[in-house]
Amino acid sequence: MALPAGMRVGIDLTSVSGVRDAVAAHGDRYLTRVYTSRELLDCGGDPARLAGRFAAKEAAIKVLRPREDTALPWSDIEVLRQPGGHVELRLAGSAALRAEQEGLAAFSVSLSHEGDAACAVVLAEGKG
Amino acid sequence: MEDKILAVLLEHGRLPVPADSLGEGDDLYAAGMTSHASISVMLGLEDAFDVEFPDRMLTREVFSSIASIRAALDELATAA
Repeated sequence: MALPAGMRVGIDLTSVSGVRDAVAAHGDRYLTRVYTSRELLDCGGDPARLAGRFAAKEAAIKVLRPREDTALPWSDIEVLRQPGGHVELRLAGSAALRAEQEGLAAFSVSLSHEGDAACAVVLAEGKG
Repeated sequence: MEDKILAVLLEHGRLPVPADSLGEGDDLYAAGMTSHASISVMLGLEDAFDVEFPDRMLTREVFSSIASIRAALDELATAA
């Protein structure tokens, strides 16, 4: 059974050790290039949480389907932890523009991590 | 220049194949580089060549091959 018209899904798997190595190699230059200050606060330096958020950004990019030559800075896609503990996506800049172009209005994201794997799924609904 | 690019790919690309076995036009993602590893490659290139990639260059295409990386570095050098 196909998804309702206008819905899209994206998934990504990110290596926690890959994030740990990137922080070790590049420090704040890596962190501030990829994550927003809010995300860094929420993650408290935990590579598994950072990896989960990177996976969410990549899963969102798969939903937004940019062209290969389109720049989508990772920090334009922000994962916000909500009081209830779940997370939501906030798009800004080129990511918000891309969503508009693709007619995508509502996004939902879920993260998980276990061992060296962090995973995220993003669902997006079109304007119908 | 190519040697320096290869050295960065070797150190940061987390490629499952030796970077120096790749042709300059070979697709680095198809060779096993992940999106996340491409960030480390980008930051490593910035260190190695003392440049900063502007946001407009943070595209999948720029980091897709040795040749496209070299073209981007040439563009930054010309603009400097």
